[in-house]
Amino acid sequence: MSKVRVGTTSLGGCFGCHMSFLDMDERIVGLMEHVEFTRSPINDIKHCEPCDIGLIEGALCNADNVHVLKEFRENCKIIIAVGACAINGGVPAMRNHFSLQECLEEAFLDEIGVDNPHIPNNKELPLLLSKVHPIHEVVKVDYYLPGCPPPADAFVKVLTDLLEGKEPSLPKEMLHYD
Amino acid sequence: MNQQHSDHLLHLLHAHQRQHHFISDQAMIDIASRLKLPRAQVEAVTEFYSFFSRKPRGRFDILFSNCTSCGDAVLMQELCDRLGIKAGETRHDGVVSITDTSCIGMCDHGVSALINDRPLHSIDSNKISQIAALVEAEKPLDAWPTEWFEIDNHIQRTDLLLSTPFEAGSALKVMRDESIDETLEKIRYSDLRGRGGAGFSTAQKWKFCRETEEETRYVICNADEGEPGTFKDRLLLTSHANTVFEGMAVCARIINAKQGYIYLRAEYRYLLDSLEATLAARRKDGLLGNAILGIEGFDFDIAIVVGAGAYICGEESALIESLEEKCGNPRIRPPFPVISGYLGKPTVVNNVETLAAAAGIVLHGERWFRGAGTWQSRGTKILSISGDCCKAGIYEYPFGVTINDILNDCGAERTQAVQIGGPSGTLIDASHFDHCIAFEDLATGGSFMIFDDSRDLLQVIRNFTHFFAHESCGFCTPCRVGTTLMKNGMDKVCSGHGTAHDLDELKSTAALVSRRSHCGLGITAPNPIRDGLKNFPELFEQRLLHQKMEPEFNLDASLEEARQLTQRDDAEAHL
Ligand SMILES: Cc1cc2nc3c(=O)[nH]c(=O)nc-3n(C[C@H](O)[C@H](O)[C@H](O)COP(=O)(O)O)c2cc1C
Ligand code: SF4
Ligand code: SF4
Repeated sequence: MSKVRVGTTSLGGCFGCHMSFLDMDERIVGLMEHVEFTRSPINDIKHCEPCDIGLIEGALCNADNVHVLKEFRENCKIIIAVGACAINGGVPAMRNHFSLQECLEEAFLDEIGVDNPHIPNNKELPLLLSKVHPIHEVVKVDYYLPGCPPPADAFVKVLTDLLEGKEPSLPKEMLHYD
Repeated sequence: MNQQHSDHLLHLLHAHQRQHHFISDQAMIDIASRLKLPRAQVEAVTEFYSFFSRKPRGRFDILFSNCTSCGDAVLMQELCDRLGIKAGETRHDGVVSITDTSCIGMCDHGVSALINDRPLHSIDSNKISQIAALVEAEKPLDAWPTEWFEIDNHIQRTDLLLSTPFEAGSALKVMRDESIDETLEKIRYSDLRGRGGAGFSTAQKWKFCRETEEETRYVICNADEGEPGTFKDRLLLTSHANTVFEGMAVCARIINAKQGYIYLRAEYRYLLDSLEATLAARRKDGLLGNAILGIEGFDFDIAIVVGAGAYICGEESALIESLEEKCGNPRIRPPFPVISGYLGKPTVVNNVETLAAAAGIVLHGERWFRGAGTWQSRGTKILSISGDCCKAGIYEYPFGVTINDILNDCGAERTQAVQIGGPSGTLIDASHFDHCIAFEDLATGGSFMIFDDSRDLLQVIRNFTHFFAHESCGFCTPCRVGTTLMKNGMDKVCSGHGTAHDLDELKSTAALVSRRSHCGLGITAPNPIRDGLKNFPELFEQRLLHQKMEPEFNLDASLEEARQLTQRDDAEAHL
């Protein structure tokens, strides 16, 4: 049987969700018998090929995030929003309380110790969106894996469910954080 | 007993707001220390109620109704343009501020607004220019045309309650000659059910309260009447206040309460003087106070507390919180108010109309009441009819009247839909017009809003979703977040950017919000969308884009700020 193809990416995120994914430790060996990774920071492949499942960490903060997300949506049968940032905007969305101008001025003009103060405008840099958005506001998301980050067990459960052809569902313990 | 309740937190904040047009930090500190309340509580209450503001508002503070029956966004914008301000803002010279507000209960009077707490009705373009001129000239309201502020009752049809004259004290006199159990039995046999919406048996409620062990009990008249399209309690409080007060006294005698409260919505503050005068007259006539009608131990008085613009405070436990000088967050029930209500004591909360009906039943006997209505809904119901019809106003009908009959009576033509019971009720299409007003069929607290075929019904539904998003008290997440998601969803569909995917999302959000919310507001908030999708699916479909997904926001536009800051306009600077 051919393996299930999984792509992963981090948009505006801290890679904490990816770290948590790897926290499944030796269980990844069993998992690798059934899945193979296409584009992922784990293998450093830069572009997405048609695949079955896309795990998206992080929020939409800039134009590049939008391009990457759209590429995933076009290539993946199932998109899973992973973690608070992808689902709600999370930590990066804290800047939504301020205007983009305020944020950039604080970081590049007014901050103590800034050398050569100017707002970066190199064409290589993706432009920032005026506000940070969760990913479902731009593409259709099939499943949500909550947590900051979601526990490794939750990754295992959701992927195992999908591999077994079931609707993924998390038991209450995995959704209860306090 | 403090009848005036002038030192109630809400009243102190009202007084300060009226005088200074805002509540300053220092004012909150002063009020907190005067009432010996935590400062955080005073601050929270100031923030919670929409009639209080922490930023200065205009000397003419205009709250323009945004209800589908007594509001009009276009006219409000016209007034804003004439006065040179944006909605929600105060003009730099401090003369005027304009904000929109939820239904102010003037739906039978055309487009209406509150100006410094006084309702001004029948607003049209012509009146807008006159208002603007009077504001610019800073003419005090007393010098404005008095007829602008005259409120008509628009009674179009009367029945049991409204056509039978009522003399102050008459029900109490009947009661004097009966045992308390006999009076309660009369109410029970009448099958009177609550008129505020839920339709709980009134006798049962009073009996539960009476049977508690506590010494102190309270009766509260719920005059919050916040459901858009409802104005029948306004009429009762205007012309039948004695009947309502008598109903409260009857209840007080039965449950042995010494103190009653009327929780009056701030939008009806203009009724305060006449209500206080009626109360004073009753005190003078020995119908309130100690040993009422000479009955040993029958001591009872009523105080009025004025709310501050929060629909949720119509929910009985939120109302009680508000009476207790707190934010109007609904309590966890059980315990129900009859067990643990105001100040933790057994409390009966009844709608204005329920109490008036109770007084009538005591006076005229249960047969008088039982004779009308249906088997499960006895008596009559006072409807507030508004929207697209010739004769908006008050209609009292026996329960069981069909929608068709009502539409005929009020001269409604080409009716596309009727919203029964307000946004939290039911939206029906013509195929349901043979149904009737009754608890077992189409229940209503009194609101009856008519929309003819010239109306864009999606905009109506959108208006209702905005209402709920604004009025959600924010206590529980499903409602706080869900009502905003539904609002955004309807905005998207109405603006022509919706897709089939958005309708699916709306459906699942609606289901979640009604299933998971803490109180009735959240449980009913999805009704307009659910009824709309069920009864008018084609209206939604016509508005959809035929593609899988459309982003929630304009991607390219959201790069504009960054383009400006970096002065870039290359290909990569666009989406
Ligand atoms: C969000 C919400 C708003 C309400 N608003 C009112 C209101 O304005 N007036 C009213 O009498 N009941 C209102 N109710 C119902 C009250 O909670 C309560 O059931 C009613 O006052 C009981 O009186 P009744 O038995 O005489 O109907 C509301 C309920 C909810 C959930
Ligand atoms: S959800 Fe938490 S762990 Fe995951 S990317 Fe966001 S901040 Fe990091
Ligand atoms: S359902 Fe809405 S109004 Fe009711 S408690 Fe929750 S947030 Fe408040």
